[in-house]
Amino acid sequence: MNTAWLNFDPVLLWTDALILTLLAGVLVLVWFIRRHEHLRAPWRSVAQRPMAMGSALVLSVFVIIGLLDSLHYREKLPDSLADAPHYSVDVLSVFDAMVGDLRTQQEKTYSEPLAMQLYAKEFVQRDGVAVREYPRLKFGGSHLRHASERVPDITRRSLIGLAQGLAVSLLLFGLLAAWQARRTQNSFGEWFMLWGEGRLDWPGRTVAVIVTLLLMMGGLLIHLAAAYHVFGTDKVGQDVLYISLKSIRTGLVIGTLTTLVTLPLAIGLGIAAGYFRGWIDDVIQYVYTVLNSIPGVLLIAAAVLIVQVYVESNPDLFDTAARRADIRLLALCLIMGVTSWTGLARLLRGESLKLRTLDYVEAARAFGVSHTRIISRHIFPNVFHLVLIAIVLDFSGLVLAEAVLSYVGVGVDPSMHSWGNMINGSRLELAREPVVWWQLGAAFTFMFTLVLAANLFADGVRDAFDPRQGGRQ
Amino acid sequence: MNALLKVDKLVTAFGRGDDALRVVDGISFHVAAGETYALLGESGCGKSMTALSLMRLLPDGGHIASGSVQLDGLDVLVLPEFDMRGVRGGGMAMIFQEPMLALNPVIKVGTQIAEALELHQHLTGEATWDAACALLNSVGVPDAERRLDSYPFELSGGLRQRVMIAMALAGKPKLLIADEPTTALDVTIQAQVLEVLRKLRTEQQMGMLLITHDLGVVAENADRVGVMYAGELVEEGARDAFFAAPKHPYSRMLFEALPRPGDGGRLTTIPGQVPGFDDKLQGCRFAPRCPHTIARCQSESPDWQELNGQRVRCHLAAELPVRIERELTAHAKSTQSEEPLLQVEGLKVHFPVRRGFFQRTVGHVRAVDDVSLSIQAGRTLALVGESGCGKTTVGKALLRLIEPTAGTVSLGGEIIHANNAATLRRRAQMVFQDPFSSLNPRMRVADILLEGMDALGVGAAKDRREVMTQLLRQVGLPEDAGGRYPHAFSGGQRQRIAIARALAVSPQLVICDEPTSALDVSVQAQILNLLKDLQDSLGLAYLFITHNLAVVDYLAHDVAVMYLGRIVEQGAAADVLSSPRHPYTQALVSAVPRIEPQTGQHIIRLEGDQPSPLNPPQGCHFHPRCSHAIEVCRQTFPDPTLLENGHWVRCHWVVAQS
Repeated sequence: MNTAWLNFDPVLLWTDALILTLLAGVLVLVWFIRRHEHLRAPWRSVAQRPMAMGSALVLSVFVIIGLLDSLHYREKLPDSLADAPHYSVDVLSVFDAMVGDLRTQQEKTYSEPLAMQLYAKEFVQRDGVAVREYPRLKFGGSHLRHASERVPDITRRSLIGLAQGLAVSLLLFGLLAAWQARRTQNSFGEWFMLWGEGRLDWPGRTVAVIVTLLLMMGGLLIHLAAAYHVFGTDKVGQDVLYISLKSIRTGLVIGTLTTLVTLPLAIGLGIAAGYFRGWIDDVIQYVYTVLNSIPGVLLIAAAVLIVQVYVESNPDLFDTAARRADIRLLALCLIMGVTSWTGLARLLRGESLKLRTLDYVEAARAFGVSHTRIISRHIFPNVFHLVLIAIVLDFSGLVLAEAVLSYVGVGVDPSMHSWGNMINGSRLELAREPVVWWQLGAAFTFMFTLVLAANLFADGVRDAFDPRQGGRQ
Repeated sequence: MNALLKVDKLVTAFGRGDDALRVVDGISFHVAAGETYALLGESGCGKSMTALSLMRLLPDGGHIASGSVQLDGLDVLVLPEFDMRGVRGGGMAMIFQEPMLALNPVIKVGTQIAEALELHQHLTGEATWDAACALLNSVGVPDAERRLDSYPFELSGGLRQRVMIAMALAGKPKLLIADEPTTALDVTIQAQVLEVLRKLRTEQQMGMLLITHDLGVVAENADRVGVMYAGELVEEGARDAFFAAPKHPYSRMLFEALPRPGDGGRLTTIPGQVPGFDDKLQGCRFAPRCPHTIARCQSESPDWQELNGQRVRCHLAAELPVRIERELTAHAKSTQSEEPLLQVEGLKVHFPVRRGFFQRTVGHVRAVDDVSLSIQAGRTLALVGESGCGKTTVGKALLRLIEPTAGTVSLGGEIIHANNAATLRRRAQMVFQDPFSSLNPRMRVADILLEGMDALGVGAAKDRREVMTQLLRQVGLPEDAGGRYPHAFSGGQRQRIAIARALAVSPQLVICDEPTSALDVSVQAQILNLLKDLQDSLGLAYLFITHNLAVVDYLAHDVAVMYLGRIVEQGAAADVLSSPRHPYTQALVSAVPRIEPQTGQHIIRLEGDQPSPLNPPQGCHFHPRCSHAIEVCRQTFPDPTLLENGHWVRCHWVVAQS
């Protein structure tokens, strides 16, 4: 494709491609579920649970940021020729473009959240005399003339941000109310009454509150981040808020792509073991028992090292730093997937053992239906809910696993933004006095929010799909 | 008579306010000491909920909305929970339906009984153990001393249920609530357990509340009967009066839906099903299913009225026509063709028992051991036996769902082996016992019906949809049923779907594995009628596997009685059931509770349980339980003895007699 007329060069990293495939897959699945009543019903009940809907909204913010961060490109260098364009070696993403200066406003080293001075004293030339003091930041609070203006300025910006967030959410709510009222053929007031009493068929109040909170938080961050480093800066002066936001994609990639590797193994082998029994069962059980008894970290460390050696000996295959980091991330996903399918496989084996003796499977066998058809029409649809619950539950575990592995040093590439790397980076600084806490704090907050939201959502999904909990809300 | 238990206008509801589901709606009855009161009704009528309400053991969400329960003058419903614990077990005790679920599998039987004794009789140490032993003796557990030391899984179903009864008796209760105490048991075991209950009631002057759906059990055990329908009591009366002339249309139809010996006509069915509690209930609850409904029934709930000592809730009770005994016509036997459709010779199914690290075969479970059968087209052979005798295994082995160990099966003159299984699958199909597990909940009815046609390539693909609609019509389902999922149907309708699925490939032989045992009486009648109609119109042959002799009597032309993997008696249904020759068949036939007044026939009690097929007794398998056993029975398995009309039996005693 000739992209010369563009002033950028789209870059499709391996993980980007897989994420887009996954997104397409999810959309197909949604379409499929919508067409099948028995699949749709539990999801409808998920949508009626306030907790699940609230956490789904929070999750969706993370997902949107992660997706925007997965559309990569390289900028055209300003002095390159029109017919033979040269592109920058930096691979940027749509998200980078949206946050604008946040990426480039780099300080010299550590600075506290919302500070206007560095965290370390330096010799500064003042009126020709070298004075040792906290120097002013290049960007954070640089518009202030005096330290006493800082707090009023922060307050003013916070209030404006919150007010704008509130205004936008009110506007959205008004539009929603008008649309819903028209759709249900109620008057505006009636719909509002229903909403207020929580008598809608979806958790209207929770959704409204969460959306408002998210928008207000967004407004706050936008206004503060324009002039300050909201979460401070790290050792090399990079904005911690920016790093935390960039880490979202890493976390999501680990959490989702790993499941993509896990699922075929777990479903295929688990069902095969339970359905066919006999020697097939023995072999599969043997494989996962062996795999389970090897320490996972060992396998992961070995695999990551192999990939690293491969990347270094084939520099022409990986032209940018982003590609090198990306292939390591992908390798990490693969190896984590290969080591973590056993739990789900064991669960599915047990369930298939039970299902294969049920009368409807016997009836299908009495018709001479082939094994592939029995598995695809009788066994798989009846274990599907287990798969779904496992995916959502595993997700948070994998995000946390990445943090631990990067902390140990066998996780993602050190140049890649990730919460594990942030924690690793702040590890040594925790011992210094005064302590540098914000890097760890930011990583913790983001990870905590994502994992909590994912877990709450998983709870909702499990309750909706678990037949024993049936009607309970 | 002084009432031991007095229930007055008891209402039990789930949920509160307008949405509350009233599962028990204002029922009143009383039970005197030493009396058995039977609560009779189909599933979903609120019988078990009544029992749980009395014990105040309702599941989450249920609560007693109003009414009173008095046990020996003590108002049970106002007691604080602490005192209530003394009443449970001490005042009234309960026996549950499924003894395996009611006993803790990891605690020894003795310890479980001792626990109840310590709690209610404050016994300790040796005394507890002795008391437990005495209790087991009193419920007729042989070798009680040793049984105290066993775990529940080591006991058979009948023994477990007796242990349950012993536990219930530990607190010396004044009232025993038995919730379907024998439904999960075989007829011979059921007879044993019921006798234990009868004996205990007379000995200890207990009141007994017997909850059951089985008219036969009621007829033999109850003093008074209350019929429940949709949460209400609709009729109440003394047993004899009730069985002589049931007054409520529902009770009458229950009687008429029951297959009876010598009965060849169509069974009366009750259309529809028991209403769900979330339906709008207005007027008489039975009105939508009642053939005598008048306008008043729709709007006004009938009040109690007294008719010759029986109380009934029906507007028309006094005016209903006198019940006409259904005519007992002989079987309209279909023409008998000489050529057998299915011929089975020496069928054996042995399951290897593997032990140890290398999975060496250390023995065989002889589930089916040398069975020979033959069925002609258009006829029904019933395979009768208690659970665990291998009758289901025979059915599955015929269809090669289980690979037989030995024997030949020929279908329509063609010998079936592994290579021509497709022929077999097209000519023989199966209907399973439990309609809830035999239909994939994730598949639409249309897909379920089309599955077999697709897999076997029956008919042209474009015609299959049409065949499917025709099938649905044939089994009496609405035509739009194809688009729905199985959970949208009731048990009876599901069984119809299962039958339609088997018929989809137009088989000549249908193996029915207890197709009605999971269904209520009124629904069972619908399915039996349907099976009969299909046989008449399509000329199907049935292998009917069942433990219900009444159904055999109604449907089958021939009967084969199985005991421990072998057929012990076979012949025409009328001959075998009216004059059984094998001692086992005799016991089986006599153990069936009957609703007709007994005519001097006494129940032949079988001692003990069926032995394990892993280690069958030497000689005749039945000899350890047989009262006629002689020396030769312990040594050699008897050869078939031919009696008249193709009726044959394997028994040394019969040979010795003739």
